[in-house]
Amino acid sequence: MWYIKSVKKGKIIEFVILILFCIFFLGPLLNLLLLAFSGKWQYPAKLPSSWSLEWWSFVLSDDEVLHSILLSFVIAIVVTLVSIIICIPAAYAFARIQFPLRRMFLFSFLLTNAFPKMGLYVSIGVLFYQFDLMNTFIGIVLIHIINTLMFMTWIPSAAFKNVHKAQEESAQDAGASPFRVFWHITLPMAAPGIVVASIFTFLSSLDEAQGTLLVGIPDFKTMPVIMYSIIADYPSTAGAVFSIILTLPTIILLLAARRFVGADALASGFNMK
Amino acid sequence: MTIQLAIENLTKLYPTGEGVRNIDINVRQGEMVTLLGPSGCGKTTVLRSVGGFVDPSGGDIKITNQSVLHLPPEKRPTAMVFQSYNLWPHMTIYDNLAFSLKIRKKRKEEIKQKVSWALDLVRLPGVEKKYPAELSGGQQQRVALARALLLEPKLLLLDEPFSALDAKLRHELREELREIQARQQLTMLFVTHDQEEALSISDRIVVMNAGEIEQIGTPKEIYDQPSSLFVAEFIGKMNFLSGLAEGSHVKIGSLQFPTIEQLYGPITACVRPEDIVLAGAEGIEAKIDKIMMLGHYAEATLHTLFGKVKMFIGREEMERLQLHDSIKIQFSKIHVFKGTKIHNHTREEIVC
Repeated sequence: MWYIKSVKKGKIIEFVILILFCIFFLGPLLNLLLLAFSGKWQYPAKLPSSWSLEWWSFVLSDDEVLHSILLSFVIAIVVTLVSIIICIPAAYAFARIQFPLRRMFLFSFLLTNAFPKMGLYVSIGVLFYQFDLMNTFIGIVLIHIINTLMFMTWIPSAAFKNVHKAQEESAQDAGASPFRVFWHITLPMAAPGIVVASIFTFLSSLDEAQGTLLVGIPDFKTMPVIMYSIIADYPSTAGAVFSIILTLPTIILLLAARRFVGADALASGFNMK
Repeated sequence: MTIQLAIENLTKLYPTGEGVRNIDINVRQGEMVTLLGPSGCGKTTVLRSVGGFVDPSGGDIKITNQSVLHLPPEKRPTAMVFQSYNLWPHMTIYDNLAFSLKIRKKRKEEIKQKVSWALDLVRLPGVEKKYPAELSGGQQQRVALARALLLEPKLLLLDEPFSALDAKLRHELREELREIQARQQLTMLFVTHDQEEALSISDRIVVMNAGEIEQIGTPKEIYDQPSSLFVAEFIGKMNFLSGLAEGSHVKIGSLQFPTIEQLYGPITACVRPEDIVLAGAEGIEAKIDKIMMLGHYAEATLHTLFGKVKMFIGREEMERLQLHDSIKIQFSKIHVFKGTKIHNHTREEIVC
């Protein structure tokens, strides 16, 4: 009640909108949470009639599921590292060097997001067959990187651009070699942007299903791929348990990085300059 | 006095056609020389060439008689203070200052002691643990200066270091910089577009315009004997009157002034507001249009036969003069330049 009292009169509408917003966003998550721990939950009942961890033990004792969780994390880590290695130098070049067609190249990263994903994957699949990349670890990593290129170049590029020339120059003036300037000044100052981009890369790789399904079948089943079959073959409780497992890393990572993740870091990343 | 910095025939042309040409400047040890000019005149290009951030197209730069042209910025015995964004926001003030010392592999106690020495010098003791964002703009520039001093440069380069600060702070820092310079026997090259700043702190001023040097001299020389119409216009307040030269004298309206320059044709005569004085009966007719109080003196705008002129009136005279009064004035000193005034901006515009 103290909260409602502290809300000023003119703010009532805003308060109502906030509540609606919370229900809209948190409602499904709450429902998911209840469902995951329920034993029996028939329609008219507002809450589950019995609680159980049955599906948790099912999901967590299935070797295939456990293996898929491990695989997903390994792939996500590899994708993030490879993306960093490829994209950070590119981002630096976009931020600092004026080369011909710079804007066009920067814009081209958007292309992979402009086409229907499945169509793109099928045509990539054709290529992958020729190069024997189907059903390989490398194939999956490649297809994930296609999705992450844009974040990993745009956001760090904006971060590099926010490092002022004078800041680099004064370090050079103080006696630092160009490499030292990059390592001690430019990189640490751009770090928040790079962290944000890396988290997005990690999470989008962890959640990627379509491409993995196409390229990785039959040997490489990641969490999202397994989830498709679990949702199809088992009661919804199993799906809920699985969703929570899939959501947890996102929440943990975002909480850990909330210092860096801000609207401005993102917004400046999507600035075409 | 030994020459600390010699810029010889420096030329830098950009693809756009802008740049600087044939710059020759000598800076003696312990001297403070200012590069002054409107924006785009090339003063920063000269400064950055000395610092190593611009590759000159021709000429030579010598510091203590050794060419530094082939050296990258990190190897040059110079230190630079930029207009802004000098400090690294992810490091504490201590780390900012210790950066160069760590590169030079100094011992920890020595670094500590030097950092606190430098902060004392710029009157900011005890801020080692703060981050740049916790300091005001003026304090940040002080720290930047301290960091430059820690490099023990043979030449300190300052690129409009105070122009982002408000007027009062600018005055304060200017004075402090002059004090530190005198105490540490620093040789400085200072860039500014603010002629007042240049006049107040320099030993000598290099006035630049459109990539070339217009005049080099002490502040007094530049103010009292401008060598070109541009300098006359850029430095201080000035009235411009057009006239005609006829060898031994110039005519401005009905007035005649003797000159030694032997000019012919249209000229521009420049008169400083303080060189316009009240005269007796034989003076020029003028009507007071506006009086602006400027502290210990006032600036009066007068209507004359030659158009509007401005004069300074002292305290005592202020009492006697009223708006719309008719007075008689005369010019105690004029500067005559060939040609007519091309630039039409007033000094105020240049300062902003």
